[in-house]
Amino acid sequence: MSNHPLFQLTLMRMREFLREPEALFWAMIFPIALAAGLGIAFRNRPPEVLKIAAVSPRLAEALRQEKLLDVTQLPPQWAEQFVRTGKVALVAEPAPDGTVIYRYDDTNPEGRQARMLADQAIQRAYGRQDPVGVSDRIMREPGSRYIDFLIPGLIGMGIMGNAVWGLGFAIVDARRKKLLKRIIATPMPRHYYLLSFLLWRLILLIAEVGVPLAFGALVFGVPIRGSTGVLIAVSILGALSFSALGLLVASRVRTIEAVSGLANVIIVPMWIVSGVFFSSQRFPDLVQPLIKALPLTAVIDALRANMLQGAGFAQIAPQAGVLAAWLVVCFGLALRLFRWR
Amino acid sequence: MPGATQALPAKVALRVRHLRKSYKDVTAVDGLDLEVPPGQCFGLLGPNGAGKTTTIEICEGLTDPDSGGVEVLGLRWSSDAAALRQKLGIQLQDTQLAEKLTVFETLRLFRSFFHQGPGADEVIRLVQLDEKRGARVGSLSGGQKQRLALACALVGDPELLFLDEPTTGLDPQARRQLWEMIEAFKAAGRTIVLTTHYMDEAERLCDRIAIMDHGKVIAQGTPRELIASIGVEHVVEFSTGNRTLDLAAIRAMAGVRDVRTENDSVLLQVTELHRAVPQLLAELGRQGVPLTELRTHSATLEDVFVHLTGRHLRDE
Repeated sequence: MSNHPLFQLTLMRMREFLREPEALFWAMIFPIALAAGLGIAFRNRPPEVLKIAAVSPRLAEALRQEKLLDVTQLPPQWAEQFVRTGKVALVAEPAPDGTVIYRYDDTNPEGRQARMLADQAIQRAYGRQDPVGVSDRIMREPGSRYIDFLIPGLIGMGIMGNAVWGLGFAIVDARRKKLLKRIIATPMPRHYYLLSFLLWRLILLIAEVGVPLAFGALVFGVPIRGSTGVLIAVSILGALSFSALGLLVASRVRTIEAVSGLANVIIVPMWIVSGVFFSSQRFPDLVQPLIKALPLTAVIDALRANMLQGAGFAQIAPQAGVLAAWLVVCFGLALRLFRWR
Repeated sequence: MPGATQALPAKVALRVRHLRKSYKDVTAVDGLDLEVPPGQCFGLLGPNGAGKTTTIEICEGLTDPDSGGVEVLGLRWSSDAAALRQKLGIQLQDTQLAEKLTVFETLRLFRSFFHQGPGADEVIRLVQLDEKRGARVGSLSGGQKQRLALACALVGDPELLFLDEPTTGLDPQARRQLWEMIEAFKAAGRTIVLTTHYMDEAERLCDRIAIMDHGKVIAQGTPRELIASIGVEHVVEFSTGNRTLDLAAIRAMAGVRDVRTENDSVLLQVTELHRAVPQLLAELGRQGVPLTELRTHSATLEDVFVHLTGRHLRDE
C-alpha cells in the first residue's frame, strides 16, 4: 500500500504541513488561543454592582440598603458632571419641595437599571411595604454562555480557513514552481493529485475539530448535547465543501498574491456575517436568506444546533443541503477551470 | 482498437511531422520535421526563443500542437497516453520540486507513479546523491537539484529520456558531472532527446543534432557533418588594437572562406590552419600592423550557427 501513488501523495501533503511551523501554528494553536482569550474576556461574572451617587446623607443611607448599588456621597455642584462623564450611572438629589430627583441617561441601560434599583430602595426606606413576599432561585446553565456560542463558530471558521487557504496556497505554489506540470508529466492519474488533498484534509479534520472541541469541553465545560455521528458528518461535509471552494479559488491563478487576495475576499465577509463571533441574526431581515445560503453559516448553524440544542440529522437537513450544493457546484466548476500549468 | 501497436522495438523512437504551434502573435514552431532513431542521443540546438521547449513539450504530450503529428516509441498521445507515460523519463526546464521533502522522499513519490523501475535508493546512487539522501530538497545546490530532477526522470526506467536544458545555470564542474550521467544512460542503449543552447554540450553528448532557429530546423546531422557542411575547419581570430587594416588583401589569401569583423577582432574562417596563419602573419607584416591578439580554434557548432544565421547562439 505504501507504494500506492495516493498514499505517497497524501504523505507529501502531511510532510509539507508538519514541516511548516507557521502553518501548524495558524491551524492548531491560534484557534485555541483565540477561544481561551475570548472565553476569559466574556466569561459570565456575578451580577454587576452599579455605581451611583447621592448628594444628601439621608438619601445615601437609604440607597445603601440595596446590595446591587455602590453609593458615594457627592457635593451637589458635582452631581451633573459625574453623570455626564459616566463616573456614576445615576445621582439622587433632594428637591426643595421634598421630592427626589434622579439624574441619569435614559438611553444607557445601566442608567435605567440604576433608576429602578434606586427608586425601589428609596421608596422602601421611606416606608413603602411590598404587598407580596418573593424569593429568588438562581440558575446559570452551560450552553447559554458566550463561550458555548463561540466554540462552534471557531470550529467552523477553522474548517473553512484551513481548507480554502491550505488548498489554495499549496496548489498555486505547485503551479508557480511548475511542480504541477512536472507531476502530470508522469503516469500518475491526475485525480489522485486532487484526491490526496481531500484525504489530507479529512485527516487534519480530526485535529481541527477535535482540539477546539476538547479544549472547550475540558476548560469551559462547553456541552456537546447532540449525537457525535451528526457532529462528524457535519464536519466532513463542511470540510469537503470548503475544499471544493479552495480548489475553485486555486483553479486558475498563478501567483500567491492573487490567490491570497481571492481567498480573503471569500473568507473575510463570511467571518463577519456567518455568525462566528456574534449572531448573524443581527443583520437585516432582507439579507438573512443570503446569509443562510453561505457555507460557513450552514456549518456553524448546524454545529451549534447539534452541540447546544442536541439537534439530529432531521433538524440540520437544510444546512446539509446548503453544504452539498456548494460542494457540487464548486467542485464541478473547479474541475472545468483547473489549469495544470 | 484493430491492429493495436505491438510491443516490437520501434524503428523510430520519435517522429515529428509538419509540427506547428503558435501563441497569440508568435509562431513558436513553424513546420518542424524530426526523426530520432532508437539508442541515439538527439539534440535540439538553438538560441533562446528558437522553439526548442515548445517542440519538446509537444513531444512530451504536455502541449497540443496546432497541426502536425508526433509519434513517440511508435505510440500516439491521442490514443496511448497512459502506456506512453510509463515509458518516458521527463525533465522539464526549471521545475522546482517540493522543498520540504527530502531527496529520498521525492524519489519515493515519483517512483510510486510508475509500474516498474529501479528503487529510489538505486537512482540516488546513480546520480551520486547518496550523501544527500536525507537532505531537504530546499537545501540542495543547483547542480544537486538538477541531478535530482534527472533522477526523477530515471526512476521509471524510461525507454526514452527527454531533457530540456539539463545544465543551464550550472557551474562547469556540475555540468561535467551531469554529462557523465547522461552518457551512462546513453551507454545502456536508451534514447535521449535533449534541448540546449550550449554548443559544447550538444557536441559532447549528441549523436545527431537539429539546429533550430525561429521555429524551424535550419540544419540537421551529426556534429561532424554539420561542421564539415560549412566548408571550414578552423577559425582564426586576431586583433590589431585600433590600427586600420586592409581586409581585402586578407580575404584574397588562399584557403580563406570568410572574413568578418566583430567588435575589435577579425574572424577568418579557413580550411587549413598551417597555411593560413603564416600567410596572415606575412600580410600583417607587409601592412606594418602589429598583432595584439591571435587565437585559433577548430570550427564548432557555434561557427555553424553563425555561418547559417549571422548571429551567435547566445546573443544577449
